[in-house]
Amino acid sequence: MNRLKRIFIYTFLSVAAIVSIFPFLWMLTSITNKSVDVTQGRLLPGTHLIENFKTLFATVDIVPALINSSIIAIITTFLTLLLASLAGYGFEIHRSKGKDIVFTILLLSMMIPFAAIMIPLYRMFGSISETAPLIGIDSLGAVILPTATTAFFIFFFRQNTKMFPKDLVEAGRIDGLSEIGVFFRIYMPTMKTTYAAAAIIAFMNSWNNYLWPLVILQSPEKRTIPLLISNLGSSYSPDYGVIMSAIVIATLPTALVFFLMQKHFVAGMMGSVKG
Amino acid sequence: MSQLGTKKAEVDLPVRTKYEESRRQKTGVFFKKKVGWLFVIISVIAITIFNFYPMVQAFLLSFQSGMGANLEYVGLDNWRRLFGDPTFIAALTNTTIYLLIQVPLMIILALFFSVLLNDPKLKFKSFFRIAIFLPCVTSLVAYSVVFKYLFGIDGIVNQFLLNFGFISETVNFLADPFWAKVVIILAITWRWTGYNMIFYLAALQNVDKSIYEAARIDGASSFQQFFQITVPMLKPIILFTSITSTIGTLQIFDEIVNITNGGPGNATISISQYIYNLSFEYSPDFGYASTVSYVIVILVVILSIIQFRVAGEKK
Repeated sequence: MNRLKRIFIYTFLSVAAIVSIFPFLWMLTSITNKSVDVTQGRLLPGTHLIENFKTLFATVDIVPALINSSIIAIITTFLTLLLASLAGYGFEIHRSKGKDIVFTILLLSMMIPFAAIMIPLYRMFGSISETAPLIGIDSLGAVILPTATTAFFIFFFRQNTKMFPKDLVEAGRIDGLSEIGVFFRIYMPTMKTTYAAAAIIAFMNSWNNYLWPLVILQSPEKRTIPLLISNLGSSYSPDYGVIMSAIVIATLPTALVFFLMQKHFVAGMMGSVKG
Repeated sequence: MSQLGTKKAEVDLPVRTKYEESRRQKTGVFFKKKVGWLFVIISVIAITIFNFYPMVQAFLLSFQSGMGANLEYVGLDNWRRLFGDPTFIAALTNTTIYLLIQVPLMIILALFFSVLLNDPKLKFKSFFRIAIFLPCVTSLVAYSVVFKYLFGIDGIVNQFLLNFGFISETVNFLADPFWAKVVIILAITWRWTGYNMIFYLAALQNVDKSIYEAARIDGASSFQQFFQITVPMLKPIILFTSITSTIGTLQIFDEIVNITNGGPGNATISISQYIYNLSFEYSPDFGYASTVSYVIVILVVILSIIQFRVAGEKK
């Protein structure tokens, strides 16, 4: 009986693991095969890898898309970390009744479905397009602005600040640091792991964001990676080897982050329920 | 350094008059309060501009109608239109189906995995854990396109089923109203089960192992242990994940657009996709689109109230 149970457990988990990994294996073998072989269900590595990448870079504007996505993701991550940690710190260290109320109101914004605010946001950015083209429709700035401050990250930093030793703030003040100096010189270096975890999640969110860039970006040269892949995926005569190459390139940054920084990755995920 | 600071203060103090000192302290307190606001003010303004203000705008828009920028107030017309709009009803029905089938399926699977992986005697534990979590590193668009191809008419799933004799001819999964929904549900489950599992695994580590030992001595089977110990112990985190998953599924967009684009017909269209189509695919009707979007708002608010209620009960 016990042995039977063991066999069942291992079979169940193995099937789950295979199902989870299979699409990745398929992606990785597909980029080495010709499109015809992919459609014939070939699951062995082929010799077409270099050709696929050559075709990809020659026929698809993947480099500009990578650059756009990188610019957006890096600036968004930087702004998110700076603004959310400032706010999380302010709400926790300079706690007051008024701020607690404001914090609760900010949390409510986490319930707002993006689809509900996307139209007013589109119109808002449309109305400033002429006066401020850098943050108007079809600009990278317009992609960044609404996504750079979210209540989730403020909440995340506040939760983590609860574990920050408050004596350090007092010590900093006595040392003659200004309030903002305490934040930059003492809080930031102490909270490195919190910043790392938040950076991973913020970067991934931005790198993978689809709906808002789809709404606000119009010209092909402004396209981000998810828009490009979506476009490739809807073509009528897809070259599977080439499309899979694009998908692998798009997945690489987040996959690398996961494998190199598993602990921070999970910490970032769990941040929302801690405390 | 700190010693120096305190010394300096001691030396300075007697020189000041009482009035000056109290004033200094008062402005100090006042300044401290103010400086706290300086830390949070940018975020408060940004969230107001980019979240709360658009919410109000969308609400006002939901009572307007017209093409593009030519909007005028039409009262409750949009809200009445909802109930007679077959596409909206299809979108609402589909979204509800995804929700009712996908969320429980995923949560039960994630619970099972986490319980199995929590067994200290299990071998290859970290391999299984990483494998099941791996789908979370993919972007929604990327994995959707992969699933579209996997389940395509010449996709590998068809070939697998043919080779093993499960089917006698290829099935066009994505062109069939029933199977297209199944593929979408499978896809979301593939992507998010490992994500939820990590939450349960973390929570299980806080459960006292001796409870299970006592249950085992009392002769409780694995299933009894699961339903009578594990599930009640993890109740708060199960609720948390169900609500976040529910809110996520209510807004589902990326997968639908990239796997089926809502088709065949409107068999897989979701509410978010319909809002997008109304605003940017068809001739733009921002007013009616906002009305549809408020349906999601209402659903999310109802579900969140339930969440807060249940979370409050726990305390």
